[in-house]
Amino acid sequence: MNRVAANYLDPYRSQEGSYGIGLDNKINPYLLKKDFPIFQEKVQGRDLIYLDNAATTQKPYPVIAAVEKYNQAFHGNPHRGAHYLSVKATELYDQARQKVQEFIKARSRKEIIFTRNTTESINLVAYSYGMNFIEENDEILLSIAEHHSNILPWQQVARSRRARLKYMYLDKDGRLSMDEVKRKISNKTKLVCLTQMSNVLGTIFPIKEIIDYAHERGALVLIDGAQGLPHLGVDVGELDADFYVFSAHKMLGPTGIGVLYARESLLEMMPPFQSGGDMIEYVTEDTASFAPLPEKFEAGTPNVEGAVGLAAAIDYLNNIGLDKIYQHEIDLTAYALEKMKGIPYLTLYGPLDLEDRGGIISFNVDKVHPHDLASIVDLDGIALRAGHHCAQPLLNFLQVGASCRISFYLYNTKDDVDKLLESLERARSWFVNGS
Amino acid sequence: MDLNQIYTELIMEHSYNGKNRRVLEEKDREERGHNPNCGDDITLQIKFTGGRISDLAYTGSGCAISQASTSIMIDLIKGKEKEEALELLEIFLEMIKGTELTEEELEMLGDAVVLKNISYMPARVKCAVLAWHTLKGLLGS
Repeated sequence: MNRVAANYLDPYRSQEGSYGIGLDNKINPYLLKKDFPIFQEKVQGRDLIYLDNAATTQKPYPVIAAVEKYNQAFHGNPHRGAHYLSVKATELYDQARQKVQEFIKARSRKEIIFTRNTTESINLVAYSYGMNFIEENDEILLSIAEHHSNILPWQQVARSRRARLKYMYLDKDGRLSMDEVKRKISNKTKLVCLTQMSNVLGTIFPIKEIIDYAHERGALVLIDGAQGLPHLGVDVGELDADFYVFSAHKMLGPTGIGVLYARESLLEMMPPFQSGGDMIEYVTEDTASFAPLPEKFEAGTPNVEGAVGLAAAIDYLNNIGLDKIYQHEIDLTAYALEKMKGIPYLTLYGPLDLEDRGGIISFNVDKVHPHDLASIVDLDGIALRAGHHCAQPLLNFLQVGASCRISFYLYNTKDDVDKLLESLERARSWFVNGS
Repeated sequence: MDLNQIYTELIMEHSYNGKNRRVLEEKDREERGHNPNCGDDITLQIKFTGGRISDLAYTGSGCAISQASTSIMIDLIKGKEKEEALELLEIFLEMIKGTELTEEELEMLGDAVVLKNISYMPARVKCAVLAWHTLKGLLGS
């Protein structure tokens, strides 16, 4: 541990190796891996092969160093004291907000609300907007590919407000067609909630087209960017989304910090989600007036170190370039799909081509249950996800009980894919031949 | 840990042979158990004759560990008195928790001791204990 600590205290370390970009102007993941201390750890005595990036991503030195530095030198309670540390913490927290604003191209800092994670961001919208502005018989429209976090809050709202929950289904390749969208959006649709990228199938949905169509019909749109943003980025202005939510920990940042972007006019009319310190102007025994945006939605002492870590993650991603990261993931996906298509005992879910998809592949190994498979490949130091991926309605729709999922990010290599396939072969052989 | 320390021959055999996987023609009770996070889903059916468990069988689906654990449990429990079965359940659950068992206790568990290594795999504990907790529900109330 001391070895790692000594390294990550040097925030400039990552600049060796020109941010992992090779002479061909592409990502060199073997160089990039050196920025991520976790890859110095051994898992089951082996090198770690991390293929669970759709669940959470690993952290590079600059992110770890930024959080460390904040805690060592700048920690105070923001927005409160007049002393040096409080001022410093306020400054860093505000800078992080600005960094997020620029990253997703929001018009104003008032539109960036820090939360704990995507789930909390969606709950904020559900409880503040949904519970107050969705009326009886209104329709809330979701895609069947939503993560539970973008389903359950809407079930609550629908129940409470006597609204109707409706679903848009996918075609056989796991795509959401505009025909289906147009069939489902009606004049009663108040809100459409949709993921930018499926966390199970990797399909990227045509969110811009859907938002435009929904707006024509008078509906608002919430985009779950947890899976999309770390790979595709977003321009919320151009997209014209009403709500856009994401988590830091899926984009190299810390856990415990997420973001809600919302159009300023919506945030102005929405009541606070939680109340308490930091979100008020004047408080008497019986009443209070609320702080202006964005503080109105940030009750209590915020997660400053999380925000600082997120800002460092954004810098790191920007230095490499999201376009290069996405291209790298697509190259890996092409490589993996090509090999996997040829293996008779594998069943692949989702599109087999590269059009409008990200670096997520779901599959099953014939005669090996996903959980057994995950345990077996773990013995080879390989991390993948098995189960329903917090998307039970989608798996029911696909008539799949559970599946295995691999998901790529900037530090994955073709070697990772090769080693995974060897490990799958070993598991399959053990289950079929007993050796 | 190695593959053959977890997916032993006995576990593989029990998970595939299906000898205890059937529907009872006459049953006194049944109980469904499932792990919502991973989808293991079994139903146990039980038949008593006097105080004795004269028949026990399962249906359902899940991973090799959950299916083998169910089948091994049935072999162990079938024919036992209810009190005896409850005692065996507790010993098994202690073993999976990582408690050191006595020679005598290990002997009482019979083939079920092959699941001991699961106690080193926190992510799979719930697969191994599913059937045993389900049976506890079946016997308990």
